[in-house]
Amino acid sequence: MTNTTTETLSVVVEREIPFPPERIWRALTQPHLIEEWLMKNDFKPVVGHSFTLRGDWGAADCQVQAVAPNKTLSYTWGAFGLESVVTWTLTPTSTGTNLRMEQSGFRPDQQQAYQGAKYGWKKFLANLDQVVARMD
Amino acid sequence: MPNAHDMLFRTLADPTRRALFERLCHEGEQTVGALTARAGVSQPAVSKHLGILKQAGLVRDRHEGRQTHFSAQLGALAPLIDWTSQMTGFWQSRFDQLEDLLKRMDQ
Repeated sequence: MTNTTTETLSVVVEREIPFPPERIWRALTQPHLIEEWLMKNDFKPVVGHSFTLRGDWGAADCQVQAVAPNKTLSYTWGAFGLESVVTWTLTPTSTGTNLRMEQSGFRPDQQQAYQGAKYGWKKFLANLDQVVARMD
Repeated sequence: MPNAHDMLFRTLADPTRRALFERLCHEGEQTVGALTARAGVSQPAVSKHLGILKQAGLVRDRHEGRQTHFSAQLGALAPLIDWTSQMTGFWQSRFDQLEDLLKRMDQ
């Protein structure tokens, strides 16, 4: 990691999925389906719509940035003091769909904000005893 | 990085030290006296533990008159938390759940 403050970090997860983009699109955009694989939410596929994703770990405050049905969907993702953008890209293939998720925009200096977050602390402290127990 | 990890874990492995560190994290800056009042050990012992926490970079001290105030340095835990790998793990598991859902969905 460099100290360049303009540098941003991103997380990319990409998978070949044996279903057509239309089916995946429904799972990505219908609230009762989103809840089944991601979190409880009040999502609407409308640019500018603000929504919240709620999990047992806390919540992410989001806003829809782009909607191109069956192709791309992006929304901002604010949680633990970190602002990022989640972008879904669906590309049809001969056997289904290539589904790509990129979460981008973290600056390295935001790591500080994350560490101060309550969740990080609770989890860290809860795990510490176990980690310590495994040490020589 | 393994050395930095070792130092942090060894420093926090002691329950008294960890309790002091947690209190500074949750309650903010405090004097040695205030920490001692609730630590269940003597002031010299508290001071010794704070010295070790300071060596590991986990706390910072600030002198004001006769009092020394200690505060937690959250940034010292940076080597332990890799945000990008945590989020990658999060999304990988969500992709698994998404695939399960896609199999169950009506056409």
